[in-house]
Amino acid sequence: MMRRQAAIYGVFAACAIFLVAAPFFLKPYGIFILTTWAVMTIAAIGLNLTLGYAGQVSMAQAAFVGIGAYTTALLTTHGWPFWPTFALAGVACFVVGWVLGYPALRVQHHYLAFVTLAFNTLVFLIFRNEEWLTGGNYGISNIPRPSVFGWETDRPRDFYFFCLAHLVLISAATWWLIRSPWGRAFIALRENPIRALSLGIDTRRYTLMAFALGAGLGGLAGSLYAPLVQFVDPVPFALTLSLNLLLMVVVGGSGYFFGPFLGAIVAVLLPEWMRFAEGYYLMGYAVLVIVLMVFCPSGLLGLAERLFLPKAKETSPAELKPQEDAR
Amino acid sequence: MSDFFQLLVAGLATGAIYALIAIGFTLLWQTSQTINFAQGEFVMLPAFFVLTAMGYFHQPFWVAVVAAFVVSILLLGILFKKLMVDPMIRHGVLPLVIATIALALLLKEGVREFYSAEAQGFPSLAAATNVTVLGVGFAVQSLVVLVVTGVAVGGLQLFLTRTRIGRRMQATAQNPTVARLLGIPVERMILYTFLINAALVALASVLVTPIYLAKFSNGEWLGLYAFIAAIVGGFNQVRGAIVGGLMLGIVDNFAAAYLSAQYRLAMPLLILIVVILFRPQGLLGRLEERTV
Repeated sequence: MMRRQAAIYGVFAACAIFLVAAPFFLKPYGIFILTTWAVMTIAAIGLNLTLGYAGQVSMAQAAFVGIGAYTTALLTTHGWPFWPTFALAGVACFVVGWVLGYPALRVQHHYLAFVTLAFNTLVFLIFRNEEWLTGGNYGISNIPRPSVFGWETDRPRDFYFFCLAHLVLISAATWWLIRSPWGRAFIALRENPIRALSLGIDTRRYTLMAFALGAGLGGLAGSLYAPLVQFVDPVPFALTLSLNLLLMVVVGGSGYFFGPFLGAIVAVLLPEWMRFAEGYYLMGYAVLVIVLMVFCPSGLLGLAERLFLPKAKETSPAELKPQEDAR
Repeated sequence: MSDFFQLLVAGLATGAIYALIAIGFTLLWQTSQTINFAQGEFVMLPAFFVLTAMGYFHQPFWVAVVAAFVVSILLLGILFKKLMVDPMIRHGVLPLVIATIALALLLKEGVREFYSAEAQGFPSLAAATNVTVLGVGFAVQSLVVLVVTGVAVGGLQLFLTRTRIGRRMQATAQNPTVARLLGIPVERMILYTFLINAALVALASVLVTPIYLAKFSNGEWLGLYAFIAAIVGGFNQVRGAIVGGLMLGIVDNFAAAYLSAQYRLAMPLLILIVVILFRPQGLLGRLEERTV
């Protein structure tokens, strides 16, 4: 037991050292990719709340990232400082998520997937067609990088640490949330919605809450994405990103706290190191997902747990499981 | 007025193709709770089988079409069922949803990598001419599509309602447990629906590709339209898929002509959201009972 814990702490320490030290050895492009990883991890953490903890399939996370990105892009190019737009992006997505979550109450699982899928495409059309607001296909350029109490984050390394700090704060907040009564209610919802209801959990409110919180984190990720690329156009926020985020969460291990971190490594960092493989990488990735779903639907972390912690089974999160309401 | 009828027929023709795709989709759902997110890619792919048979093996078009049907039924029917659905279905609906999303990615990237990223021309079933009926010109292509889909769907309905196998399939769809008790080989019936689905997508592929060219990314919107048609019509009804598909084709064509080409895709999406909000079982669907 002690050795296992020591090994886990060792892995964490190594990751922390890597995250802090890596930008001093990487070229600007490498730092850019690492920053993208941090931002996408935030979006995936949000989706993990919705999917992994509350068991609701959302295919609209890219739309929320987009709404967040456009909010920050529009306001900071009009002279607003970063943090108010950051907060606004999160709140706006939370509200939109809450409103969109209403269909979730009526219909649940696969229908929610389709509502969110439709929503994502609608938002994409709005980004592309409402040129007076979003600049259409030309997008919004020259998005300034934030400055924090006089610390300019224009250089890649500074902005990387800026994003990393946000990732750490958001992770800490999520960690706390999952251990709060709310988080436990989310898990109860996923495991058995009917039992949760009979135990007095207001399933409607918690479903909405899980969905809206996930959306809000998507908005925060978008808000960091805009100053990262300094140019937003509709293309990155199409359905593809939503599906990618979904795969990220599931590949990492949905319902595991560190699942999104690992999933984002597989989906964001690995493709860059495997540039030479190009299209083949995506095909390999797709095959990996399919094989994982056949043998271990709880993702890579579920696989690791099964391999290294065979006795911890009782306390492990249940495998990715839909509500058991058959026809 | 003649514009109106032309749009109507063109809309019905594309709608009939969406209906074909949506029927397969609902059949899979009914018999095995499979939600196939790669359905669009399943329609994209057979066109490339045809092109491969013509381009690399120098076969005439009709031979290539037959070959594409056979390969589709083997790959998208039997192999899909045996390799993906069977081992995964015990985990529930969600892993299969994720896996079919990944499968869609695999098929798309595979075609881009091994065939081409460019749109390919595709031989048409009918000459690109118009016939004039009562002073209104109709595209022959649209009429051929309507006739072929009409025959296919009619044949399928007859098969499902009038033959022994068809009725056993319906029994399997309605209640697998009781069907098993009655001695119906449920597993084989489920396999048949996968074969029918593969044949339907192959047919849809041959019909739709001459209109929109063969491209690796076609599956994205074809799949989306099939989902919308299936849900709007009713997820658990074959006739729901037909009505949903036809309606979608007409709405889509009229929206593009009279409302806004830019927001063409928005109309079907709005219809989808409204239907899910106010009639989640679909226009013709039955409510699905939930068991605890």
